[in-house]
Amino acid sequence: MTTVILWTDILIYALVVAISFFFWNLRKDLITRERWSQVFSSRLGMVSFVVIAFYILVALLDSLHFRDSLESVEGQASDKVYYGNTVRSALDTVLGDMSTVHERTYSAPFALNSFEKVNLRDDQGVSYRDFPALEHAGVHLASPEDKAGDIVIQSLIGLLIGLGFSVLLVGPQWWLTRHSDLPWQSAWITQVVIICIVAWMIRVGNLYHILGTDLAGNDVLYKSIKGVRTGVLLGSLATLIMLPIAVSLGIAAGYFKGWVDDLVQYLYTTLSSIPGVLLIAASVLMFQVYIDLNPDMFEVGLEKADAKFLALCFILGVTSWATLCRLVRAETLKISQLDYVQAAHAFGVSHGRIIRRHILPNITHIILITFVLEFSALVLAEAVLSYIGVGIDPAMASWGNIINSARTELSRDPAVWWTLTGAFCFMFMLVLSANLFSDLVRDAFDPKSTTGDQA
Amino acid sequence: MLAYIIRRLIYAVPILIGVNLLTFILFFIVNTPDDMARSQLGEKYVTADAIENWKKENGYDKPLFLNSEQAGLYSVTDTIFFTKSLKLFVFDFGQSESGRDITTDVSRRMWPSLALALPSFVIGIGVNICVALMVVMFRATPLDRAAVVLFVGLMSISYLFYIIGGQYLISKMWRLVPISGFDASSQAWKFLILPITVGVVAGIGAGARWYRTLFLEESGQDYVRTARAKGLGEMTILFRHILPNALIPILTGVVVVIPSLFMGSLLMESFFGIPGLGSYMLDAIRSQDFAIVRSMVFIGSILYIFGLILTDISYTWADPRVRLN
Repeated sequence: MTTVILWTDILIYALVVAISFFFWNLRKDLITRERWSQVFSSRLGMVSFVVIAFYILVALLDSLHFRDSLESVEGQASDKVYYGNTVRSALDTVLGDMSTVHERTYSAPFALNSFEKVNLRDDQGVSYRDFPALEHAGVHLASPEDKAGDIVIQSLIGLLIGLGFSVLLVGPQWWLTRHSDLPWQSAWITQVVIICIVAWMIRVGNLYHILGTDLAGNDVLYKSIKGVRTGVLLGSLATLIMLPIAVSLGIAAGYFKGWVDDLVQYLYTTLSSIPGVLLIAASVLMFQVYIDLNPDMFEVGLEKADAKFLALCFILGVTSWATLCRLVRAETLKISQLDYVQAAHAFGVSHGRIIRRHILPNITHIILITFVLEFSALVLAEAVLSYIGVGIDPAMASWGNIINSARTELSRDPAVWWTLTGAFCFMFMLVLSANLFSDLVRDAFDPKSTTGDQA
Repeated sequence: MLAYIIRRLIYAVPILIGVNLLTFILFFIVNTPDDMARSQLGEKYVTADAIENWKKENGYDKPLFLNSEQAGLYSVTDTIFFTKSLKLFVFDFGQSESGRDITTDVSRRMWPSLALALPSFVIGIGVNICVALMVVMFRATPLDRAAVVLFVGLMSISYLFYIIGGQYLISKMWRLVPISGFDASSQAWKFLILPITVGVVAGIGAGARWYRTLFLEESGQDYVRTARAKGLGEMTILFRHILPNALIPILTGVVVVIPSLFMGSLLMESFFGIPGLGSYMLDAIRSQDFAIVRSMVFIGSILYIFGLILTDISYTWADPRVRLN
């Protein structure tokens, strides 16, 4: 086994470390604590946070890549170990066989037979047409009639395993937080539900195809889960690239005014006057042409897809800083007029110090709100961009690619509905929790916010 | 007023030059004409002669900014930047890579786009405002909270699912209208009704939520309390007092997109097979026809700047206190 380190893997872990460090530093700041406890004092905040955290965990697990070593062939001369060409991740290992088995083509959820008839031969060699049995679904059954009973039994076993794990994981949390005022029960219940669902998926998903298979015979559930990493990564990395550009230019414009302000305003007006999709499409096309003309730079296919993905994050970040920059500029203009900033000037405090001590802390709420808001917007944008053909590389699992390849399947007769269901559910849960959470964050951090219930 | 508009138009020139320069850098310096030739001719086994030929045929065989071989003014005009990029300013879009005239294509495809985008836009705003006003009527009740959660839920569904779901339900299950296509004659409404419905429904979540916030902000003001104290009905307060006062923030978001309606919608048009500018752009992106993408970027920017100016003018109309100078 050898590890494969992709650029995005490094970045996502760096991001998690950076955010943890950020919050660790803020733990003593009373106002910030107060605001966060307002976010978490609602049950909705707890639930949506746990769901987002779960998605991030899946993305982190899916970011540990490695290549399995091939078994040494007889007569192989040296002790050199050869590695397979497929890159697997820790998540694949957790999910088990789901990641490796393939059927011939479509099959419905929990089906034992394929969705399409093929020519078969019976024992006497007479050919006939029928739905062939699936190779990897329900093979442990003695007869197809046992299916319903078996599914119930296996589900119960899965749920029991899930409950066992829940006791192990949620129990200590309960012990730690039982005296807290915050609504931790909601967090525990959400965790138990998620753990049970995961255990059930792993248990039953390795015996049947819970969400059926797609045109190429891949398990739909597995593909949808693999889309989590792409969605989470795109949402956070693109915002992360956008933040420093927007914040530094916005502060510079609002603080120094004069020609700096004119220049920054000119830059973002120009940028935002170009239709967003076209600008992104044009940049991505340019980059794709570059990669396609230089194919030797990448060892495995996934590395090439990863480079394209990183470029997409970068492009999305560089093209979307205008809105935040405008907000930061306006806020900085307002703050730098305030008495304490004027006083700092009078005391001869340097520009850098004023910006760091007086201005940055007062615009953190804008940055935070934008980060959470942008996240869900980017996850949704990914699907659209992949449809247009300037999104994620088809070699990489993503919800956009699933929807794109499945968009005509509903018009088949009978309709193939399960491929879209997988992508829909996973995407909807992530975007919904991110949206709900961002609402709460805005209510807590934005002094002007009126989305709450105070009206 | 007129002086203000003229000044704004003059301000627009450097922005358009910036757009022009940016697209030029993207299309000609990041991706050189040689690369373009190679990807148009098929990526491998392309001889240098073939590339030169292609560049000559398509007019890319000139220097980028400065032609030192030509004398006088021609050293500036006989360059790629001048012939391909600056000509956009006089709406000379040239030919697409496949040899069609872009200007004719654009002027022909604009109308189907508008036929879809304008009704979606107008009906969408009407529906959103009505829904939002209805929710504001029930403010601070469980109904209001449920509506907000519903809006957030609607917002969290990808646009693609609205389209796919709409096509499946209305066209396939209920067989009410054709699933896609377009007809320029009086039968056009048959093809437009489904995309317009889908567009309106898809926009309710984000739109109604945004308007609700605006109306709530207004409903906390003193004049609303005065109106209530006078004993006015809730309907009168909502439509005669709150709505006109919330118009300014509404206009900010709404007017700016009106000119851009000509550009059409990329997704809608390609899903529903409407031969407008949206599907034109999508085809261009997919076939990597950079001449079209370049022209569309330029048209889009002009329309956006036009929208900004319109927004300012609309303020004076909505609020007599606003003076432009």
